[in-house]
Amino acid sequence: MSQVPAQLRYSTTHEWVAQLVPGRYRVGITDHAQELLGDVVFVELPQTGQAVQAEAACGVIESVKAASDLYSPLSGEVVASNAELTDNPQWLNEDPYDKGWIFEIQADEKDFAQLLDAAAYQNSIGE
Amino acid sequence: MSEALERTALYSWHQAHGARMSPFAGWEMPLHYGSQLREHEAVRQAAGLFDVSHMRPLDLQGPAARSLLRRALANDIARLDAEPGRALYTCMLQEDGGILDDLIVYFLGGDRYRIVLNAAGARADASYLQDLAEEEGGVEFLRRDDWGILACQGPKAVAWAAEALALPELAALKPFRSVAPRADLFIARTGYTGEDGIEILARHGHLAAIADALLARGVVPSGLAARDSLRLEAGLNLYGQDMTTTDSPDRSHLGWTVDLRDPKRDFIGRSAIESERVQGPAQRLWGLLLPRDAIPRHGYELLSAAGETIGTVTSGSFAPSLGLGIALARLRADVGPDSAVFLQVRQRKVPARIVEPPFWRHGQAVYPAEESLPQ
Repeated sequence: MSQVPAQLRYSTTHEWVAQLVPGRYRVGITDHAQELLGDVVFVELPQTGQAVQAEAACGVIESVKAASDLYSPLSGEVVASNAELTDNPQWLNEDPYDKGWIFEIQADEKDFAQLLDAAAYQNSIGE
Repeated sequence: MSEALERTALYSWHQAHGARMSPFAGWEMPLHYGSQLREHEAVRQAAGLFDVSHMRPLDLQGPAARSLLRRALANDIARLDAEPGRALYTCMLQEDGGILDDLIVYFLGGDRYRIVLNAAGARADASYLQDLAEEEGGVEFLRRDDWGILACQGPKAVAWAAEALALPELAALKPFRSVAPRADLFIARTGYTGEDGIEILARHGHLAAIADALLARGVVPSGLAARDSLRLEAGLNLYGQDMTTTDSPDRSHLGWTVDLRDPKRDFIGRSAIESERVQGPAQRLWGLLLPRDAIPRHGYELLSAAGETIGTVTSGSFAPSLGLGIALARLRADVGPDSAVFLQVRQRKVPARIVEPPFWRHGQAVYPAEESLPQ
């Protein structure tokens, strides 16, 4: 059974979203997502300044097995990305909610409020 | 596919050991037990255990068994005559030279042979061989559906298995040889990982005890995901991906498995192979090396410097033992190790180095990392 921290919000495409301050959000992939991917060996990060759309691909996560798109859970502008993942892609498996954060986005608070809460996400993955 | 997946005799054993199960060729098989990378590494450094019971043993016996297999298989089992227990890797071809399946055949002595078939084709292959046999008669078939197969692979595999099974004679078993210590146990020094190791055929009821004894010695349970990255590093083809009915052995880096030496042996596909050898194959299977930010995947295209499509990746993966992307790719026959080729990875065209497989052999990288990639 995978971890779904109660204080985070979630997308149906298996990203978690943490509010840093209203309007600024940190994004990563869920424990459930990393389990499905298997061992991650490369992450193509979204670029700072890049405009992204909710539910559109903004990067790539490569596991040993397969390449998977990384989706943005919100529309907005990328304001930071976790450059340490370039040398430590395994952090997505080992610590998906902390060291494995992927990018930060400036987005609308109303969109954030529409995301799934932990109970709804847990329900959506059948756990 | 609405058909229910088949389960091996070790299904609950896998669950008890934390396996993530996944459908493969009609079977529900362990994909990994937590980390593909850790299992891959265990096989390269020590030993891993794979349940490969989705592969199906089929025994053939009778006065016409030898002639049937000399006709059905592209490699010549006459090579096994002098040595019961010996094994041979071979393709089974269509008349047009396309590969129906690849398999290992063991000579059990007298007029008895055992073949081990891939999961996907096992049923069709068995009825194909039975149909062929009916034309001549004199062959009995016995499907070993009450047996499973475990592969114990890695530099420590044979020593640990010899202890675990209390069979010290395993240490002296040579590669591609087999031994049957009991009527219900068959062990061959074969595998699919590029490491030393054995494959153990035993009755369903004995498999869990064998697996437990191997784990107690230090063997690590390993899934199909690690098996795939290991076999690809070892340059071993996967049927259905690197070879299909539309590809001949010469197009699949398997020309060495076709035995044309006996001119009187009229095996199925022979004339197609002979004419292909006169003209040369239109395509060949090569290895590719790529940086880790451009991991090749099945179906990716290869382009020439001019942007023309010159081939396709048939199997691709990150190579854990090399830290690089590797692939098998079918390329136009005029393309080879000196050609400039580019892999189309999403929006980028990344230079790839063409090499002869394997990528990993005898416990080390064949192409050292510092000289692996194009400048």
